[in-house]
Amino acid sequence: MIFNPQIILEKLPEIGSGLLVTLILWLVGIAGGVAVGFLVATARRFGGRAINLGLGALVEVLRGTPFLIQVFLLYYGGPFVGLMLDPIPCGLIALTVYAAAYYSEIFRAGYAAVPPGHVEAAECLGLSRLQAIRRVQIPEMALIVLPPAVNLAVILLKESAVLSIITVPELTATVSAIGSQQYAFLEAIFVLAVIYWAIVEATGRLGRVAENRLSRLRTANA
Amino acid sequence: MTIKLFTLLLQAAISTLGISLISIAIGFVIAIILSAATLSHKSIYVVPARLFISFFRGVPLLVQLLLIYTLLPVIGINVPSIVAAIVGMSLCTAAYQAENLRGGFESVPRGLIEAAEVTGLSPRQTFFRIRVPIALRLTFPALINEAIMILKSSSLVSVVGIIEITKMAQDLASSTYLPIPIFASAALIYLVINSIVALIGRFAERSLGGAST
Repeated sequence: MIFNPQIILEKLPEIGSGLLVTLILWLVGIAGGVAVGFLVATARRFGGRAINLGLGALVEVLRGTPFLIQVFLLYYGGPFVGLMLDPIPCGLIALTVYAAAYYSEIFRAGYAAVPPGHVEAAECLGLSRLQAIRRVQIPEMALIVLPPAVNLAVILLKESAVLSIITVPELTATVSAIGSQQYAFLEAIFVLAVIYWAIVEATGRLGRVAENRLSRLRTANA
Repeated sequence: MTIKLFTLLLQAAISTLGISLISIAIGFVIAIILSAATLSHKSIYVVPARLFISFFRGVPLLVQLLLIYTLLPVIGINVPSIVAAIVGMSLCTAAYQAENLRGGFESVPRGLIEAAEVTGLSPRQTFFRIRVPIALRLTFPALINEAIMILKSSSLVSVVGIIEITKMAQDLASSTYLPIPIFASAALIYLVINSIVALIGRFAERSLGGAST
């Protein structure tokens, strides 16, 4: 067998559309996951014991079971409770919920890591409660939360490949289909691996740049 | 959802446990070699090890499994799909465990190593008696996390046709038209296994004297 990725690269427009679906799923999943995760963490912190325990149990279930099982439950189980979802919206919901569970834990750690003394000190200096949260608590949290948040973004990109199993036309599904059509499955998977690798490496670098910026910004303001 | 169906899922759980444990063990051995290579300061070892770690951490496990599954026959190695699955999972977890181990070795306090040298331990003794035990203790919580990740990721080997919890659940769901109870039971089994692993981890950590050095 001759290794010839050219066969695959001739199909660039199709690969591009798969990549686009992956990127949209990924970015929307991150945005939704961060938003819902932040709400969950905030509700758990300020919402009282019952809310904390209830949401905590839900988060543990989502973190303790494979993403694939969650996807199957939603995709194949959904129609039995009147939830008929096409593969893309189903994938998007599953990825967002999964992301939210993990992001909520990151924000929870972020809340816990800001010393209460800092917020109290800000209030003593005459800042209002809201100002103290906006100018002290959230900037301090951002710096703590950023590295694990970027890490999780990378994990989510890789989990999104799982959605190919329920026929979401994302990168993995598209490229491996091209591979079987062209009898070049190995080349296809190789190209696929390289694309994911490149995105992951780029994300990691971007994260480190953001981290440096943020910590410089913080020391400049201090 | 009958007891018979649940028993079938439980039987499949043995396969999930077996594949995960073997992969973690093989991955651990490879991880020790990889972390030793990255700490060697010799670029002929450092560069390939870094490349390996970066690749297997940067590519989805599903894609790695498909790659190994198609690559092995092409280079003339014909193995049953279960072997391909274990190879794929071992290489992936090796990359993650190597990063954890490297972190552990780097956080062994410098003073302890100096003290060992001053008391007359040879570099070899210092490595095996001081650095290895402390690094292992420091990376133990990460190892437990990795075991839980692998137990969850093992659901992906269902794609190459191996009968474990997820594949069994899929087959049962399509033959009985009961996807909700079956996938929920599968989820429950994973949750129980992972909770037990987490508990063992916490217990072992306490008896190891925690992460304190």
